[in-house]
Amino acid sequence: MTVRKPILELRDFRVERGGTEVLRIPSFSLNENETVALIGPNGTGKSTFLLSLACLLKPADGELLFRGETVRMGSGATDFRRKLAMVFQDPLLFDATVFDNVAAGLKIRRLPATVIRERVTSCMERFRIAHLADRSARKLSGGEAQRTSLARAFATRPEVILLDEPFVALDPPTRQTLTDDLEQILRESGTAAIMTTHDQVEALRLADRLVVMHQGSIVQTGTPSTVMGQPANEFVATFVGMENVFTGTVAEAGNGLLALKVADRTMELPGDGAPGERVVLCIHPEHVVVTPTSPDRTSARNVFSGSVTKIVSLGLFNKVYMDCGFTLVATVTNQSLSQLALTPGCQVYASFKATAVHLFRKG
Amino acid sequence: MELILDGFVQAWHLLVSLDREVLSVVLLSLKVSGLATLISLVIGTLGGTAVALTDFPGKRLIVSVVNTSMGLPPVVVGLFVTIMLWRNGPLSAWDILYTPTAMVIAQTIIATPIVMGISIAAIQNLPANLRLQILALGASRSQMVWLLVKEARLPLLAGIMAGFGGVISEVGASIMVGGNIKGYTRVLTTATVMETSRGNFDTAIALGIILLALCFAVNYLLTVVQQRERPR
Repeated sequence: MTVRKPILELRDFRVERGGTEVLRIPSFSLNENETVALIGPNGTGKSTFLLSLACLLKPADGELLFRGETVRMGSGATDFRRKLAMVFQDPLLFDATVFDNVAAGLKIRRLPATVIRERVTSCMERFRIAHLADRSARKLSGGEAQRTSLARAFATRPEVILLDEPFVALDPPTRQTLTDDLEQILRESGTAAIMTTHDQVEALRLADRLVVMHQGSIVQTGTPSTVMGQPANEFVATFVGMENVFTGTVAEAGNGLLALKVADRTMELPGDGAPGERVVLCIHPEHVVVTPTSPDRTSARNVFSGSVTKIVSLGLFNKVYMDCGFTLVATVTNQSLSQLALTPGCQVYASFKATAVHLFRKG
Repeated sequence: MELILDGFVQAWHLLVSLDREVLSVVLLSLKVSGLATLISLVIGTLGGTAVALTDFPGKRLIVSVVNTSMGLPPVVVGLFVTIMLWRNGPLSAWDILYTPTAMVIAQTIIATPIVMGISIAAIQNLPANLRLQILALGASRSQMVWLLVKEARLPLLAGIMAGFGGVISEVGASIMVGGNIKGYTRVLTTATVMETSRGNFDTAIALGIILLALCFAVNYLLTVVQQRERPR
């Protein structure tokens, strides 16, 4: 991987509201050509984080750097903000035509009218709203309005774009096509972007890097596969939607292997620990294999017998819930489901590799 | 019924004959109330925007005072201005009691809170994040304020209409600080009061109709401005 230069950085950054700390970022950087998705529950400080990056919030402490130079609040902040753009959850359009809305940032920069016309026209085409140029912004659908807002942001050719849950208010099909368009435009323009979202699929689609936030701090940063595959703690695991989260105690430890007691069953996985230690572990449902008979020739260390309690269809695949002394969930394709003739109540074996288990220390 | 009909006929005569006296009364009404509205527009919009956009201790008190003052009784304003400008009053040196200037001052005091109160509400009614969005578009502070005012233009113009309507129709303050001096401080409202008290109902009705027509014309003009440039 090539080393990318940081474009926006926060250092020892703290934001307070009414005397309580709402954001604490010891260090963060957004790099050139990078798309970062900021995920986390509501009220966890994601928007505060974005407003801080846009120098729209006065921090209690810390500094914001743009290409290595400190950004000062006040008039210097205006020059800094002219290098970035921000899109909010609400389109926040002006009571004017679509054209004039897209032109707003360029008019603020007092660019010549010919330049404005040319840039606005090409930007409206890119976001597929050229046919709406003379329409009032008050008479747009949700998707058209958000496209206008995105076009207004990209028209200024920002070096960084900040997106605060831009698609949250849209219906799923509109959201899908807008995500596609945004992905393409981000890739073409190479603009560094950071977006907050609730939607993991959106985050996985767009992001080079995920940042998980909880209670005003960053709990994990990494590539989507790292965060989804090796969540840093129980919170991240549940938030990124991992099922099969169990608590257990270490029964035996040695030679880099752990034996864990979960309910009255034993699981094996690589790791170190002390007997009696309480741990939390989780297993991705995709990694659980379901078979009708005991798999005798398998590299899977963990095999449990149990019965199917529930099957939930999710379209192309199904979630199979099994009682193995604890509830284990496996993802099974439609094809496998009919081949294995799985029905609620039938006896099955569930297996998974030791390396499929992720372990967090408790407390 | 006959009385009202006579009023219409009289009004028509007064208008078509371009009666010098009536014309000067109409012009003075427009001049005094127009000027007062203009001054209150500047103070009210700027002040209202400033109050709406900043947080300071006592903001709620200020807003309540402004909102209460939207209904200031013109006679009370007239009384207050008269006392200030009276022979021994604190501003007696200005020597402007019973002049059109005094009337402009009194009407400005009546109109400013109306314009300011509506301005505060109009700006506060804009989406909370719009300010941040405008700043994020690279606007300087003054550009941001201008864009917000532009965005709130509909209610702001409604504020101007309410302000103008309030002062063109008030009589209490005008009669107290102006004195209804013929050819100098006589305006439509004070003239109507005088004609009515004299029993000249036809002239009074004529003046009333002219006043209504004037109000309509000015508000129509403002409405045209308000609804103009609204994209379809």
